[in-house]
Amino acid sequence: MTATTSAAPMSAATTDRTAVANAVPPALEIRGLKKNFGPAEIIRGVDLSVARGERHAVIGPNGAGKSTLFNLISGLIVPTSGDIRLHGESVNGKPAYQINRRGLSRSFQVTNIFANMSVWENVRCAVLWPRGGRYAFWRGVDNNADVAARTHQVLTEINLLSRKDIPAGVLTYAEQRALEIGITMAGGADVILLDEPTAGMSKAETERAVELIRRISEGRTLLIVEHDMSVVFGLADRISVLVYGEIIASGTPTEIRNSAKVKEAYLGEEAH
Amino acid sequence: MSEIISHSAVAPATPSAPIAQPSAQSALGRIGSYGLWIGLAAILLTAPLVFRSGTALTVMSLMGIMIIFALSYNMLLGQTGMLSFGHAVYFGLGAYFTIHAMNAVIDSKLAIPVVVMPLIGGVAGLVFAMLFGWVSTKRSGTAFSMISLGLAELVGSSSLILRSFFGGEEGVSTNRAKLLRIFDWNFGPQVQVYYLIAGWCLLCIVLMYALTRTPFGRMCNAVRDNAERTQFVGYNPRVVRYIAFSLAGLFAGIAGGLATINFELANAALFGATQSGNVLLATYIGGAGFFFGPILGAVLVTFLQNMLSDVTEVWQLYFGLMFIATVMYAPGGLAGLIMMHRPLWRAGAIAKLLPGYLLMIVPAALVAVGAILLIEMITHLSVKAAEGPVMKMAGITFNAAGVPAWSLCIGTLAAGVLIWRFASGVAARGWDDARAVAREKGLTV
Ligand SMILES: Nc1ncnc2c1ncn2[C@@H]1O[C@H](COP(=O)(O)OP(=O)(O)O)[C@@H](O)[C@H]1O
Ligand SMILES: [Mg+2]
Repeated sequence: MTATTSAAPMSAATTDRTAVANAVPPALEIRGLKKNFGPAEIIRGVDLSVARGERHAVIGPNGAGKSTLFNLISGLIVPTSGDIRLHGESVNGKPAYQINRRGLSRSFQVTNIFANMSVWENVRCAVLWPRGGRYAFWRGVDNNADVAARTHQVLTEINLLSRKDIPAGVLTYAEQRALEIGITMAGGADVILLDEPTAGMSKAETERAVELIRRISEGRTLLIVEHDMSVVFGLADRISVLVYGEIIASGTPTEIRNSAKVKEAYLGEEAH
Repeated sequence: MSEIISHSAVAPATPSAPIAQPSAQSALGRIGSYGLWIGLAAILLTAPLVFRSGTALTVMSLMGIMIIFALSYNMLLGQTGMLSFGHAVYFGLGAYFTIHAMNAVIDSKLAIPVVVMPLIGGVAGLVFAMLFGWVSTKRSGTAFSMISLGLAELVGSSSLILRSFFGGEEGVSTNRAKLLRIFDWNFGPQVQVYYLIAGWCLLCIVLMYALTRTPFGRMCNAVRDNAERTQFVGYNPRVVRYIAFSLAGLFAGIAGGLATINFELANAALFGATQSGNVLLATYIGGAGFFFGPILGAVLVTFLQNMLSDVTEVWQLYFGLMFIATVMYAPGGLAGLIMMHRPLWRAGAIAKLLPGYLLMIVPAALVAVGAILLIEMITHLSVKAAEGPVMKMAGITFNAAGVPAWSLCIGTLAAGVLIWRFASGVAARGWDDARAVAREKGLTV
């Protein structure tokens, strides 16, 4: 099972999505997922399937449980019940670092970086594990050309190369958001979860961020929570609408736009 | 490609480092860092030629031990963000295993020199840190600190029970001169012990620095900054903490082994709470945020402990005041204070600070004299009440209960505080000017 998934060419996914989707298990498959915090049912039975190479947006009002859903998928918290499969293999209840090593990486709604370390170090930390750095305390890190090259490449991509030596904590808000994405993508994970990457950004900053997201998700699977509807409809292949811990609709942008249910539950009140 | 590599070679170990120049500087940086090691070796080598007295040799030996111990502590505190209250456990166990190994070597007349014996301490420190760390590093933050304290209590109390190993009240003693000689050195004389310690000290400093430049070392910093996020770049923060704890135990054990060679004695004081506290103080006062901070702290604290105890009975009080002052006014420690000036130095603006700093000496001296007078007079009147109010300080005999002494004391303090306000204003203006210059030159402060 693993062999078939990893052998499938990445680029094929974008060109012929349906064919590939039939051939290999979905990148992400969620069945009957539930999460309670004490008596509060926050995720109330979510089913969701994201095909390889798909850009999938999750929208929904504040407090619907979108971030909680991401926390469950990425292993930050353990589901109450249900199953989560990554490339066909269950990762349910696995610790976050194991899920990450299997190729799933996420960003956070509230910037979650290494504030006292330099921008360079921030990105390099995210490059180390998949490049074999592991817990090695017998090998130097500064002379690892492979790690340095990848770090350099990521910093170029998120446009922070000129800021690489300053502490991440003193970057501007938009720069920290870019770094957040940089750390998320640096390891080369093929399933990427972004939690409101453009929240709090200006119009111009949002445009640049979307451009970046489009580029880094090329040939990968993307699950994104986003409030800006122009971003969602411009970027996503499919959209799922989460309301009160349940997915009330899932489909193409056109289907979602025309769904009466969605309009009633969400889009109507949010259209501003 | 080569440029990329050199970029990483100069990637800053410290957050405050300014934007690095390409390759030329990395070559310089490399020579610079080798120069640093050679300079350090030269200092260690020549120190006994400059400071020749027996006291100096003793104190310098203690400094070398404390440097290793404090650096090992900072692998936890500064590098990985773990506040341990029981690091002396590994120091003390390292000492005991070393001394028993030494006695075994002496008894069985094995041809092993004393030089390698600290290794036994290191292995003991490592093994026990791996054992105890298995429990304590499952937690971080306050829980880790509390577990470390509990483990220290545990080992402390077992030292009273296992008398055959720990030697009870009087401890275990040895004779380091009875081990194998190397050429004509039997490591009996203090100067030979000093060189033994200095050699180990240099080796341990180099190794511990090298550790910070490995994937593991970098992830220690990441765990310190944001343990949660390390999980999402593939790392288990618990494993990082466990390795850091184990290696810190190794170096603490080596330091303990050296201590036992130095004293020819091991007793329960070596792993007591005082010793755990000392290493925390030395590391914090020196500055946990920089690799070299604990070195400064170890040197200063060891010096003060040995010198102050000769001149005043309440030296621990001064020590405590110094620690509080560091926590409140210089949380980065000595190293933090020094590194704060680096961008200004690079911008060539350091001269702007001089007038203010020179001016500050006056009120600082006044406050210090006033405070010392106050503390010593109170001590004399309370602790030595039986001797009467007449006391002697700095060669002057005076009445500690008299009006003149108290007027002088309070007057000096008041004058100091007043002048402080004025001088600190001048210093602050100098600081602002210098910073402005540094900013103009693109050196972020
Ligand atoms: N750890 C937690 N404990 C208790 N309640 C939580 C926890 N995390 C989230 N919640 C609750 O779950 C609900 C959904 O939160 P969240 O997933 O952040 O929503 P969204 O991201 O869709 O805005 C909120 O009501 C929030 O208060
Ligand atoms: Mg959210």
